[in-house]
Amino acid sequence: MAETKTRRKSGGNHKKESVAALEKHGIDEALALQLLSDMLLYRRFEEKAEEAYAIGKIGGFCHLHIGQEAGAAGCIRPLAEDDYVITAYREHTQAIAKGIDPKAVMAELYGRVDGPSRGKGGSMHIYGGDVRFMGGHGIVGGQVPLAAGIAWKIKYKKEDSVVVCFMGDAAVNQGAFHEALNMAAVWELPAIFVVENNEYGMGTAFSRISETDVAERALSYGIPSSSVNGQDVLETYAAFRDLAEEVRGGGGPRFVDLQTYRFRGHSMSDPVSGTYRSTEEVEERKKKDDPIAMLRDTLFGAGLLDQDKLEELDAEARALASEAADFADASAHPAAEELFHHVWAEENHGRLFFDGRERNG
Amino acid sequence: MAVMTYREALNAALREEMERDPDVFLMGEEVAEYDGAYKVSKGLLEEFGDQRVVDSPISELGFTGLGVGAAMAGLRPVIEFMTFNFAFLAIDQVINSAAKMYYMSAGQFPMPIVFRGPTGAALQLSAQHSQACETYYSHAPGCKVVTPGTPADAKGLLKASIRDNDPVAFMEGELLYNMKGEVPDDDDFIIPLGVADLKREGSDVSIITHGKMIHVALQAAQRLEKDGIEADVLDLRTIRPLDMDAILDTVAKTNRVVYVEEGWPYAGTGAQITSMIQEEAFDHLDAPILRVTQADVPMPYAKGLEALAKPSADRVVEACSRVLYR
Repeated sequence: MAETKTRRKSGGNHKKESVAALEKHGIDEALALQLLSDMLLYRRFEEKAEEAYAIGKIGGFCHLHIGQEAGAAGCIRPLAEDDYVITAYREHTQAIAKGIDPKAVMAELYGRVDGPSRGKGGSMHIYGGDVRFMGGHGIVGGQVPLAAGIAWKIKYKKEDSVVVCFMGDAAVNQGAFHEALNMAAVWELPAIFVVENNEYGMGTAFSRISETDVAERALSYGIPSSSVNGQDVLETYAAFRDLAEEVRGGGGPRFVDLQTYRFRGHSMSDPVSGTYRSTEEVEERKKKDDPIAMLRDTLFGAGLLDQDKLEELDAEARALASEAADFADASAHPAAEELFHHVWAEENHGRLFFDGRERNG
Repeated sequence: MAVMTYREALNAALREEMERDPDVFLMGEEVAEYDGAYKVSKGLLEEFGDQRVVDSPISELGFTGLGVGAAMAGLRPVIEFMTFNFAFLAIDQVINSAAKMYYMSAGQFPMPIVFRGPTGAALQLSAQHSQACETYYSHAPGCKVVTPGTPADAKGLLKASIRDNDPVAFMEGELLYNMKGEVPDDDDFIIPLGVADLKREGSDVSIITHGKMIHVALQAAQRLEKDGIEADVLDLRTIRPLDMDAILDTVAKTNRVVYVEEGWPYAGTGAQITSMIQEEAFDHLDAPILRVTQADVPMPYAKGLEALAKPSADRVVEACSRVLYR
C-alpha cells in the first residue's frame, strides 16, 4: 500500500511549505488528521468492496472512488448537517462522508436488509434521508435537475442550507445538466454543482468528445466557476468551505471543476487501463496524484504525522472496513415479501399491481 | 353544484389545493404571466405569487427533474406540461426518478408530485402534437395515471392526485377544456383514485373506456339505443390504480366487451384490460373482446385522414354490433 508505506523525498523547504499549505487553507492539525482518516477509511472501504466483488458477494455495477477520495472528504466534511448532498453512482464514499454508517453502505452493496435501501437499491442507489444524502442516481446527469429541485425547496422554505450536487465529467454533455444550470442561475438557487472531472467518461477521454473545457460550461449560464485540484484535499476542503458560505443565504449557485483521476476502471467490470488509457499513464498518476499520499507528505513535512501514527490511523480504517464487510455478510438477505414493499407510498381503491402474483404482507 | 367548464374545474382544484397546503406549487411553461397555454392556471399568479406559480424555461427534462427533487425534499409540486407530447423529453425523470425513488430508497422518499397537461389529439395538429400518452406512464410501477373525462371528474381527481403521495400523470383532454358540466362546490370534493364510474347503464354490451373517449362511447351508446341495444359505458377514470371490480361487474352483466381508447393498439390500455378480463372472467364472455383505437399510424394532418385515424362513434357502434353478432 504505497500511500502508507513509503514517503516521498522532500527538499529542505518541505517543512515550511507544508506548514504554509495548512495555514493557507486555514486547516488545523485536528482537521487535517480527520481528513486523512476519512480518506483512509474511504480507500480501505472501497478496497474491501473490490475484494467482495471479486468473490461474488457484490454484484451488478460497482463503481469505486479509489483515487478520488478527496472528492468525498474535502467536499462534504465542510458542510453543515442540514446541507444536502446528491450524486451519481460512484457514491459509496460520499454516502459515508455525509453520515451513513459504512456498515449500512456495505450491506447495501451486498444486497442485504441492513442497507439503507434494504438491498433494493444496491451500489448505485444509496440514500440517507435522515442525513440528507439524496442518492445515488444511475442515469448520467439525471441528478442535476433533482439538485435544482432540492435547492428550490431550500429557497421556497427560506432555509439556510445548501445542496452539493456531484456529477462526472461526462454529465456536462447531457441536456439535463444544461437545463438545470440555467434554472439554478435564473432562480439563484443555493446549489454547488461539482464535476468530479476524472478525465474519462467510462472509456472516452473528455477531450475527445468536448470542444470546451468543463470549467467553461457553467459560464454561459452566468454561474461563477472555479477549478480545484481535487487530489489536494486541503485545497478542496477550503474551496468548499468558502463556496458553501457564499451560496448560503442567497449568493446563487456555484460551479466547480474538481480535477481528479480514478485509479480503477469505470466500474468493477471494466479494465483499469487498456484501449482508452495506458497502464503507464495510470501508474504515473497514482504516483503523482494520490490524494492520501499528498496529504500524508504534507503532514509528515509539517511534523504533524509520523509513520507510527499513520499506521495506527490506517489500522483503524482497515478495521472499520472489515467490520463493515463482516456486518454486511451477517445481514439477512431480503425476504421474498420485500419484493412488493415500497412500490407505492399510498394504496388506493382499485388494483395497483398487475403481475397476478400472490402478495404476502 | 355549479356549472363550470373542465378548465375552470381544474383551476378551482389547483386554487383550493394551493390554499389548503402551502407546500403545493405549480411550475411549467406559460403557467404564470400568460395564465397557462390553455388558461388552466388563470389568476393563480396573482393570488399566490411567483414563488408558487412559476414560469419555467422550455426545458421539460429540467423542470420535471426540478419537481422531482423538490418532492424528495418535501414539497408537493404540480408540474404542467403544455402538452404530454412535450413530456417525452422529460420521461426519464418521470420513470427513472419519480416512479422508482420510493422503491430504490426502500420508502425513504415518497414522491408526491403531479405531472399534468393535455394528452391526445385536438384538431389537425398532426403527428407530433396529437397522441395519447397514457400507456407510457401506466407501464411503469410507481406511477399512477389519471384521465378525467368530465368537469366534475377533473376537479375531484386533480384534488385527489395532489393529495396522493405517489407520482401521478394527470392527463387532460385538450378538446375537453371548454366542456361544461355540474361540479360540486365543496372544497373537499374529492374523487378517490381507483374508482371507476358507470357513465351510462345498459345490459347488452359493455363499452369500457377512459378520458375523453367516454364521449365517443356515449355517442355510440345513444345510437345503439335507437337499435334497441343498451350499452353500459364504464369510465375507468384512472388507469393505475385500476378498478378491476367495476370491470368484472360490467363483464358479468353484459358478457360482451368493447374497449375504446384514443391511443394506439399495440400494448395499449385496452390490450391490458382485455388480457385481464380473459384471465379473470373468461367464463362470462360470450364473444371475443374488441378494441377501438387510433389507427396504427402517426396522426396525419389532412382533415379527412385525421378523422379516419381517430376512434369514432361509428367504429364503436360497429364493434358493438360485432360482439353482439348482429
